[in-house]
Amino acid sequence: MAEPVLELCGLVKRFGALAATDDVTLDLRVGEIHGLIGPNGAGKSTLVRQITGEITPDAGHVRFRGRELTGLDVAARAQRGLARSFQVSSVAPELSVLQNVALAVQGASGRTYRFWRPALADAALTNPARAHVAAAGLAGREAVPAEALAHGERRRLEIAMALALEPRAFLLDEPMAGLGAEGSTELGRLLARLKATAPILLIEHDMDAVVSLCDRVSVLVLGRVIATGSVDQIRADPAVQAAYLGTRA
Amino acid sequence: MPRSVRCSALSASLLAEQVLNGLQLGVMLFLMAAGLTLVFGVMGLINLAHGSLYMVGAFACAATAAATGSFWLGLAASLAAAAAAGALVEIAVLRRLYARDHLDQVLATFALILMFSEATRWLFGSFPLYLDVPRSLAGAVELPFGIRYPLYRLMIIGVGLAVALGLFWLIGRTRLGVRIRAGEADREMIAALGVDIARLYTLVFALGAALAGLAGALVGTLQSVQVGMGEPVLILAFVVIVIGGIGSIKGALVGALLVGVTDTLGRALLPSALGAFMEPSGATAVGSAIASMLIYVLMALVLVVRPAGLFGARA
Amino acid sequence: MIPERWLNVALAAGLLAVPLLAVAAGETFTVTLATKVAILGLAGAGLNLALGYGGLVSFGHAAFFGLGGYAAGILASHGIVSMPAIWPVAIATGGLAALAIGALSLRTTGVYFIMTTLAFGQMVYYFAVSWPAYGGEDGLPIYVRNRFSGLDTLDPIQFFALAYVLLLAALALTARIAASRFGLALAGARQNPARLQAVGIRRYGIALTAFVISGAITGLAGALYADLNRFVSPAMLSWQTSGELLVFVILGGTGRLWGPVAGAALYVTLEHWLGGVSDYWRFLLGLLLLGVVLFARGGVIGLLSGPPRHG
Repeated sequence: MAEPVLELCGLVKRFGALAATDDVTLDLRVGEIHGLIGPNGAGKSTLVRQITGEITPDAGHVRFRGRELTGLDVAARAQRGLARSFQVSSVAPELSVLQNVALAVQGASGRTYRFWRPALADAALTNPARAHVAAAGLAGREAVPAEALAHGERRRLEIAMALALEPRAFLLDEPMAGLGAEGSTELGRLLARLKATAPILLIEHDMDAVVSLCDRVSVLVLGRVIATGSVDQIRADPAVQAAYLGTRA
Repeated sequence: MPRSVRCSALSASLLAEQVLNGLQLGVMLFLMAAGLTLVFGVMGLINLAHGSLYMVGAFACAATAAATGSFWLGLAASLAAAAAAGALVEIAVLRRLYARDHLDQVLATFALILMFSEATRWLFGSFPLYLDVPRSLAGAVELPFGIRYPLYRLMIIGVGLAVALGLFWLIGRTRLGVRIRAGEADREMIAALGVDIARLYTLVFALGAALAGLAGALVGTLQSVQVGMGEPVLILAFVVIVIGGIGSIKGALVGALLVGVTDTLGRALLPSALGAFMEPSGATAVGSAIASMLIYVLMALVLVVRPAGLFGARA
Repeated sequence: MIPERWLNVALAAGLLAVPLLAVAAGETFTVTLATKVAILGLAGAGLNLALGYGGLVSFGHAAFFGLGGYAAGILASHGIVSMPAIWPVAIATGGLAALAIGALSLRTTGVYFIMTTLAFGQMVYYFAVSWPAYGGEDGLPIYVRNRFSGLDTLDPIQFFALAYVLLLAALALTARIAASRFGLALAGARQNPARLQAVGIRRYGIALTAFVISGAITGLAGALYADLNRFVSPAMLSWQTSGELLVFVILGGTGRLWGPVAGAALYVTLEHWLGGVSDYWRFLLGLLLLGVVLFARGGVIGLLSGPPRHG
């Protein structure tokens, strides 16, 4: 069995009486795409925000590459190689594609406090940035401001920025949302290539994408993981059928 | 030795009087801060021209009182004038700015300050007006423990606390309050409920303006009524809001009383307290300089400990 | 639309040509006005770094402007009258004050940041009013304009030259910073702070650094302004001054390199002309500002060059 890169152990997060995350344990292993599915309100986003460090769990641990992440902020976790994309596309709108990705390269390198040399004349920044732009399928669009990109292109820009962090794990929050069938297929192909770079925790609504891409799937219902396993195992699981697939039918 | 004896004999009643002065400043700041925080909470607008509405209230009161001889008519005029000015400004200018960023709001309301100030200067001239305490409230009252305190200032404290109670009741118990709270939570929802949101906003703004006008009129008898009187008070009200937490009436009340009492006691006590360590004239200078900074130090402390303010909901 | 680059060249040339022509015509007052534009443009350039490039709406920049002015006035009163000695002190004073105020205020964002900077600015103002050693409320005169070896600073055009060179230097620095790695991060902090954190860069440090540089530049402008008027008073520290600095930046074009200079030029011209037309010229100024906010967003540069070009 491949070693886990990211491990969640007994995570709990309560908002008042509501347990948004209720004793969640799961892991993400080298080389896999691990799908996280669940009906709306299951607590997927709350879980992601605990992994990235935006909110602090009430109990439990997040371990990444063998190290405890508790107490580290968002920026520190990103620097350790935890790359995320946002549910709603989130880039710097007035910066160009290349500038957005260069910003991520710069964040990963930790050398931000340079005031004199133009960033775009800095090969240490632009060479990797151009490579990531190309890897995400945006070659030729480097100079376009992010706000002028089409929806699918902006998703790709998110991926390019995630790549630039030289990640050890990707957290992708509904990357297929709003893409349409063709766009989803294309992005799916990109993700299937990406998992060789770093494993992907894929939060997704699009069941076709989950079925075709994921090596393992965990099902989150009311803050609890009710099942983890291969796509076939999950399909056969009676608890999943009752709690999740039943609601979709 | 004799000096310290005299100080301690004075200090009990002096302290009580200064605490009351602090409360009086506090409730006045509350009247300002409540309107600001309400307008920000409901409409998301930062209104620098709130101090101008305070000035409008003071001038309306002074002019009406001078013309009719009645402070009470002046007070009514101040409420009406400030509410009318507020509603007018909301309808003509500010409602275009709710969806804009804070920078646009700051610049537009800064422009309104310039216009209000110049218009007032044109109408009333550059010389200050004076407003007398109404005869029925002149003089001082005996309070327990042998404290004598001006009746008028006591009345301001009473009015302020009554307004606070009224606001708690309005927000917590009435249909308008429900709408205001719904507006804070979700503008689309309140529109879906069929409430005329534009009219609600004008109403909330006029209410905030009337409170500012009331504050201006009440204080007009204690200070001179002049152009530019509003902005120092506005900035103090900002300090109150940063301390209390934005959008919270309770925060505005606690913050206002805290700022009022801290500022007043600091100014009254620091110079003489420092006199114990240094020669008197130096102590007065250093003491009053430090006292003038005290509430900002308080604000800095709150920012360090609770950046969202004491009662702020913001994470 | 005029390309922004050409507009900048025209502004730079115009600001140089007006006082030179005025000297030729013997109009020294116009030289003083041009000097005022250069100095206020410098102060606005400082604010623009925080406001325009970093999105930090500071309503407290008068504190840095005034403290820079007091640095010049106080040093002069102690016999230190050399500008090259005074300027670093003014820069350091503005920068340190920005460090203290920024470290606290940047714990908040949005409308809280506006109120907090306004309040701390007022604190410095009240301190200057109530501290009697250097004139208190009455201010502090600088009897003879401070010196710069090799120049006669009392000659208006020579003093203008000093202010103009410093303005150019500050704008060159701003352009360098904006294009640098730090500038990229600062743009990220303005446009999408959450994204900036997610790529591993902390907003707080970026914003505070920009705020300190901003305060330092505005502090330098304050020292020059004190020398221009040969007087420094708490008025330089007042909230109105903070508001005027914001107006220069926004009137000219927020986040545009030469925006503050265009804004300051327009403001000083209006003050001079409208002031001659009516005692109540500030009413007209308010009306104009309101019009700019409601109908002409982007300021002078935005109006003439269109929205900023991405690169």
